[in-house]
Amino acid sequence: MSARRIFTRPARLAAIAPYVWMALFFLVPFAFVVKISLSQAAIAQPPYMPVVMLADGWRGLVAAFGALSLDNFRLLASDDLYLLAGLRSLTVAATATALLLLIGYPVAYAMARLPRRWQPVAMTLVIVPFWTSFLIRVYAWINILQHDGLLNKILLALHVVSAPVVWLATDRAMYLGLVYSYLPFMILPLYATLARLDPALLEAAGDLGSSPRQAFWLVTVPLSLPGIGAGVLLCFIPIVGEFVIPDLLAGSDSMMVGQALWLEFFTNRDWPVASATAVLLLAILLLPLLVYDRFQRRQMRRS
Amino acid sequence: MADAIPTPAVEAVSHGGPLLRIEQVVKRFGNVAAVDGLSLDIKAGEFFALLGPSGCGKTTLLRMLAGFEAPDAGRILLDGVDIAPMLPHQRPVNMMFQSYALFPHLSVAGNIAFGLKRAGMPRREIGQRVAEMVALVRLEGLETRKPDQLSGGQRQRVALARALARRPRVLLLDEPLGALDRKLRESTQRELLDLQRRLGLTFVVVTHDQDEAMTMADRIGVMNAGRLEQVATPRHLYEEPVSRWIAGFVGDVNMFDGKVARRDGGRFAVAVPGVGLLNATPPRDPAGVEAVSVAIRPEKVRLSRRPPVADVADASINRLEGVVRDIGYLGGASLYTVALDGDAATLRASVANTARLDADAFPVGQRIAAWFSADDCVVLER
Repeated sequence: MSARRIFTRPARLAAIAPYVWMALFFLVPFAFVVKISLSQAAIAQPPYMPVVMLADGWRGLVAAFGALSLDNFRLLASDDLYLLAGLRSLTVAATATALLLLIGYPVAYAMARLPRRWQPVAMTLVIVPFWTSFLIRVYAWINILQHDGLLNKILLALHVVSAPVVWLATDRAMYLGLVYSYLPFMILPLYATLARLDPALLEAAGDLGSSPRQAFWLVTVPLSLPGIGAGVLLCFIPIVGEFVIPDLLAGSDSMMVGQALWLEFFTNRDWPVASATAVLLLAILLLPLLVYDRFQRRQMRRS
Repeated sequence: MADAIPTPAVEAVSHGGPLLRIEQVVKRFGNVAAVDGLSLDIKAGEFFALLGPSGCGKTTLLRMLAGFEAPDAGRILLDGVDIAPMLPHQRPVNMMFQSYALFPHLSVAGNIAFGLKRAGMPRREIGQRVAEMVALVRLEGLETRKPDQLSGGQRQRVALARALARRPRVLLLDEPLGALDRKLRESTQRELLDLQRRLGLTFVVVTHDQDEAMTMADRIGVMNAGRLEQVATPRHLYEEPVSRWIAGFVGDVNMFDGKVARRDGGRFAVAVPGVGLLNATPPRDPAGVEAVSVAIRPEKVRLSRRPPVADVADASINRLEGVVRDIGYLGGASLYTVALDGDAATLRASVANTARLDADAFPVGQRIAAWFSADDCVVLER
């Protein structure tokens, strides 16, 4: 009995830890954000009102919460800018994720087909770029893509083009940056499912009359759906909120939600609208997050 | 059950040759020849077992028949047509995998229908054939289950039904009963055999389990180091092994190494150091060889407290004397280890336990006479 008690208590504490973490670092800050999104901008410190001051007592608290309004959300709904930013975020994320799947699947497939002892090497090669700062790598791409950058120099030297091509500040550059940055998030879950695929299943498919191509579509693809799902969501969700890559590599004629948020917060110093945008972003992501959660639960039940 | 039998897959072989002919097939992995110039004929309707220790090349041979490995040399003729260059999906053979390799994302019916769909069979016929197969392996009511919702025995049946659904010319089975527990294995053996007989199919089974091969197969090919050591019926394999290795691999055997002292037609007298002269009238004469072994199976050795009353000079009987050193009780029989006089050799004798209270049982340390007939001895080249 006593032994059980000794072991159970820390185990219970450990089970609570993630919830404490979530409450402390997600729920509480998010409650702040929601509260600010319902406030009005003000030239003050902090730059919004009303400010909840516990020193004012109960009466002050009631007054502060009574002054909250949905005005900022009405603004978001009335101005096309935010709607377009939201739509652009979704289309960019969808396009980039499709590209990532198209490129990541063959890479993961090839990795899983390597001789066993080479697979960890390939995996390291996929992960190694992560050892350098993400920002530095994006700036390196700016260097490569700029007017007199490496890419144009090579293309000119090979006589592929006769004049430097504009790469930077285009959607092309942005997609390149997105695919480059998120590729490991697509490859690793795909590789994990493909490496676990029993080769005997493909032999069985061949034995039962499938050409290698049919076996791929009828066996490999359906059985790698968990990896496809995980990879797609791991890329899609953060790309929707992506700020750095579109800001540094894409043109300035259109914005993603993350950029709109940054603009409101740092340029306009309008914390309430920025907070409302953040709430909007979360709302956009809620559906794919729920899908991901369901999907993970199903996986857990399976195994 | 009876009306669920599909029409036999084997039509009369018009050219009169074997259904499957393996000619001088070689398969190397690096420097190692897994299959080393092997030739074998398998007749239509035969239940053929490839038996051997792990690493002997039996699975590689089976995988070459299925098309998963390409031979480096030689031909594999099915109905006279060389199938060696064909890919697995082009061959009229099917395989039942050791791991079963059931598609986890498909139901029982989906697994069985998989090969039929690839063959372009019309939908209606697929439904009929699947129902037929489900009935054949007695899986009614489980059609919509996924493989992970089935027991080991049920999975084995699905694998069998899936492999049989296309009515292959030859069904290849890789350790078909290896994953089943002992009791289930015995009943499944009978079912498999029954199925093969009723459908008139040709089965090639790979197994490392000699009991399994003995019970089921019409003929057994014993492989060692990429070659066939002997191809024979189970009885011939056991009673007339062609080599020391075969005699030792298939069943238990006592082996006495000696020199031929006298050869008189089919009768041998072999001088065994420390034991004496052993008489043998073997089924096969290792002609021209003097260094030989006399092999005798433990169940062919008889034991008693007193030597048999017979003419001592009778050359049809071998008699030896010794002391019981160890008794292994196996239920149906007991295995006695007898230390022969002179301490030069031991002899194992298997005695059937014919009564619950066995008055004839011998205790350890009992002085004992052992004898066996010269007709039961096999003389093998050393």
